[in-house]
Amino acid sequence: MIPDEYLQTFVIECRELLEQMEEALLIVEQSADDPEIINAIFRAAHTIKGSAGMFGLDPIVVFTHASESVLDRVRSGDIAMSSILASLFLEAHDHLSVLINHVAEGSYPSDDTDSRGKRLITQLETYLGDKMLDQVSASAEVPMANESRVEREESDAVGTDYWHLSLRFGPEVFRNGMDPFSFVRCLSSVGNIVQLVTIIDAIPAAEDMDPESCYLGFEISFDSDADKLAIENIFNFVRSDCSIHILPPRSKTSEYKHLIMELPEQEMRLGEILVKCGTLTPKELNNILLFQLDQGNEPQQPIGEVLVEQQLVSPRVVAAALEKQKQVKDNKKNEANLIRVDAEKLDELINLVGELIIAGAGTNLIARSARMTELIESTETLSRLVEEVRDSALALRMVQIGGTFNRFQRVVRDVSKELGKDIDLVISGAETELDKTVVDKIGDPLTHLVRNSMDHGIESAELRIARGKPARGTLKLNAYHDAGSIVIEVIDDGGGLNKEKILKKAIERGLVTEGANLTDKEIYSLIFEAGFSTADVVSNLSGRGVGMDVVRRNIQALRGTVDLDSMEGQGSIVRIRLPLTLAIIDGFMVGVGNAAYVIPLDMVVECIELKAWASDEGDGKYLNLRGEVLPYRRLRDHFAMKGATVQRENVVVVRYGEHKAGLVVDKLMGEFQTVIKPLGKLFKGEKSIGGFTILGSGEVALIVDVPGLMGQIEHENEVNEITLAAVLK
Amino acid sequence: MANVKNKNRQSQRIVIQGELTIYTAMELKNKLLVDLSVTEELELDLSEVGEIDAAGLQLLVMIKQEATTLGKVVRFTGHSPVVVKLLDLSGLAGFFGDPLLIVYPSTVEGKSI
Repeated sequence: MIPDEYLQTFVIECRELLEQMEEALLIVEQSADDPEIINAIFRAAHTIKGSAGMFGLDPIVVFTHASESVLDRVRSGDIAMSSILASLFLEAHDHLSVLINHVAEGSYPSDDTDSRGKRLITQLETYLGDKMLDQVSASAEVPMANESRVEREESDAVGTDYWHLSLRFGPEVFRNGMDPFSFVRCLSSVGNIVQLVTIIDAIPAAEDMDPESCYLGFEISFDSDADKLAIENIFNFVRSDCSIHILPPRSKTSEYKHLIMELPEQEMRLGEILVKCGTLTPKELNNILLFQLDQGNEPQQPIGEVLVEQQLVSPRVVAAALEKQKQVKDNKKNEANLIRVDAEKLDELINLVGELIIAGAGTNLIARSARMTELIESTETLSRLVEEVRDSALALRMVQIGGTFNRFQRVVRDVSKELGKDIDLVISGAETELDKTVVDKIGDPLTHLVRNSMDHGIESAELRIARGKPARGTLKLNAYHDAGSIVIEVIDDGGGLNKEKILKKAIERGLVTEGANLTDKEIYSLIFEAGFSTADVVSNLSGRGVGMDVVRRNIQALRGTVDLDSMEGQGSIVRIRLPLTLAIIDGFMVGVGNAAYVIPLDMVVECIELKAWASDEGDGKYLNLRGEVLPYRRLRDHFAMKGATVQRENVVVVRYGEHKAGLVVDKLMGEFQTVIKPLGKLFKGEKSIGGFTILGSGEVALIVDVPGLMGQIEHENEVNEITLAAVLK
Repeated sequence: MANVKNKNRQSQRIVIQGELTIYTAMELKNKLLVDLSVTEELELDLSEVGEIDAAGLQLLVMIKQEATTLGKVVRFTGHSPVVVKLLDLSGLAGFFGDPLLIVYPSTVEGKSI
């Protein structure tokens, strides 16, 4: 019955609401009663219930209803929010996500899930307690702006205590995937339908009837303690193609008159319907019709004036309506500012921009070789524009990392409960942006690191006190931009790593030869080696099925690196460094022999002529750069290029993290927009090349993977030193 | 269907199967009108309707009204539980004026044998 796209929107919305709900619950759990936040939780639950009802997803409605009732009592101050209640709600939240997932997959919940739901409902209902008894039917079901309840005007009022709802559905309702009766069913969730009359008068004769158009209407007499806003909200989905009149209980006779005038059916017929609904007594109807006859000849006043003059609507109703209108407006504004776009469409756009850059470079080249000044100028403008297009296209994919970080509030809460530790999560740099694909893939490795830090890094409260630290452990997640990459840090103030143990273990596993002289950092990075994954001895970081080597592999797959720093007894920092984007970068092109290489521009610090500035003082391994020791490497040697050497070699100084290095090249060819294409599997072993790109001429240039190359240089230098030291001995 | 007897030879009985919803409305409308055109008395057996929505209900109203206009008779019989439920909710049972036969889901007997 429900088209998939609506259901999908529903699922997406529900997930967003659940996220908000979780966030709010975690805050509430910490710092108890903030009415704003409790309201937020309530609203989330209420909206989920409302939309679920719209789709006829009864299990969700029933379950949310139970949570909502309790939340309402919390909101009104009848029940105090405690951390126990908050965690019960968190459980309810989880159950709800499971249910929503079932909706998304189109599957049915298992018996386990069902029984969990029932158990939670029972638990929730205990909070409603004995007060439940006198409210059974209404069950605290007074959503939203409770205070805007209509003041009852006794004079000249119709005798009924029920609401009266007049609904006329527009022809498009079916085609929009909605069933008028689902709204009726939804109404039953906020009150009791006393009498319902289906209006079939609008159904045309067989010939003219379009079976896919809706001709139906309802007149409903409705018993509810809910306010007008809550009732109106039920019809949010059809508001645009449906005429809705809601009259509060004991409305003035004149209001019914007005209603009768507004509706399309004949007055007499309508009057009868209203009588049939039990809204009006026959006598009241008579009065109304007479009243109308009296006034029949006067010119029609605008409805607004009529309303004011005759005080048809109590001021509170007006206020509520205005408030509602404002809300709707605000919502519309927000919606206008955000568009949901399929990620694939964005990828396609990026691909096209990539092709555009390559094609642009080709044109540029042709223009230069043709030596047409005007053409060259125009291609320059073009490439500047393309560059801007590229930047904005890439910016479309940028998302803040805060969303990912915030998920860890829950992880930290759950794991610390599980471990019986008191751990605080501190988040900083949440507004740091990075590519969506990276964000999506960083979640798992981060989770692993966070759990590891909590499990093995942070000590138990007793041990912490014994070591003179605050009993409560702190875990920090931090992010910032640095040299064209984003750095994500997981920092804990736990016990740190035990160097000796790691080294011993590494030697045991044959990862390091005995007597090898390793720096602290090298020792720490050993835990990322594959051999350590199943570690049972090194207790500081081990065993949740996935090893640290998997973390490293995942991060390397994103062209990132991970390293670890630790102070024994003080804590440790795991630092993940990731490229900002995976698709297109600003490159710096250099020539070696006949080939061109591209170095990511973000990593280039400066370029100098080898002879003029820097002098080789270290056997072809180190340069003296203004008094600084700079390891360097000739790309010609590194890639074993043949061909004649040039007179004036240049050094490109690159930086990655804390490391600097010099790359000696033949020619500096300038900036180049680089579309990164991945290399085939054949080149997997080559660490110093990160991919390739296509030049304007159609030639291929290799992209230098600076971190990889640096690692190689350093490693080789150290090996040499060690052998040298050994020789000297 | 024991209580429905077709005394009139000109009557025709049609069983509506499966969905009586917006998805089948277009098709059903034409079919029902054709069926009505060839008979004086149309009996629609609703016992096999598995799903009905407002569009389906609207269709039943339409055929009933059309029959009245033409001086013919349309009767609905064997309402399946979902139909009964919707008629109940809509308050239209009186409009159709057909005796509602409450069909219990095939029960214990079937299983025990």
